[in-house]
Amino acid sequence: MVGGFFWGLAVVAVAGALLCVTRRSPVASALWLVVTMFALAGMYLLLDAQFVAIIQILVYAGAIMVLFLFVIMLLNLGRGPSDMRGWIGRGVALLVGVGLALQLGVTYRAVRAAGFGQQTVAFPLPAGELQRAQEAQGAVGMVAGPLFRQYLIPFEITSVLLLVAIVGAVILAKRKL
Amino acid sequence: MLLGPALGVSAVLFAIGVGGVLLRRNAIVIFMCVELMLNGVNLTFIALAQQLGPDGQIIVFFVMAVAAAEAAVGLAVILAVYRHQESVNLQDLNLLRG
Repeated sequence: MVGGFFWGLAVVAVAGALLCVTRRSPVASALWLVVTMFALAGMYLLLDAQFVAIIQILVYAGAIMVLFLFVIMLLNLGRGPSDMRGWIGRGVALLVGVGLALQLGVTYRAVRAAGFGQQTVAFPLPAGELQRAQEAQGAVGMVAGPLFRQYLIPFEITSVLLLVAIVGAVILAKRKL
Repeated sequence: MLLGPALGVSAVLFAIGVGGVLLRRNAIVIFMCVELMLNGVNLTFIALAQQLGPDGQIIVFFVMAVAAAEAAVGLAVILAVYRHQESVNLQDLNLLRG
């Protein structure tokens, strides 16, 4: 049942990604990318990451993609000449993409053959640890606890990064300060 | 047990993103393909977090924050380039060509 849902969402995500890459109009590309992100949020739900799924929809599909659409419409990039590369470029892109996917698949198979999927030394936690943490602390508390203890300094650095990004974006996009 | 399928899907999404970066010339679409690659990696983190505990989910938050910062700055750069060149096609950006 869960596996069926997962494969359905996987098909939607991959189809959305392929359409995003191949559509000529940037607006269509952006909207297909939103479809992919919603499918990914559904996959996160099935993988016991409810909070990340909501954040994926709010931040990625909501904020970042709206920013993209906003810039596309600001620059008036509707219908134009195709921006695809020539046949050599398309062949290279296809070859590199398929080659990379095959390589990642072969690597995964090799690692799994070495005992990664089973409960060996590679997994310090027993199976179902995430579900137990979730039942004890809730879906948000499970993430918030380590985020504000173990990962506090990276968290603060992230806030500085966002501040720098805001200032940089304003300076770059403004005509005259 | 969804670890295997999730890792497979994330590999496919990442490869599609790489192919898109090589295929397109529009800077904004290339940017969206980079976001696609980041999403593929996020799926890997989430799938492994189901096995290894919630640390992977926290890394995903950091990836999202960096992606948001990158999108803001990158789109500002694209806006500035468009103002200068009247185009976001990478072929037209040949100022440094010898």
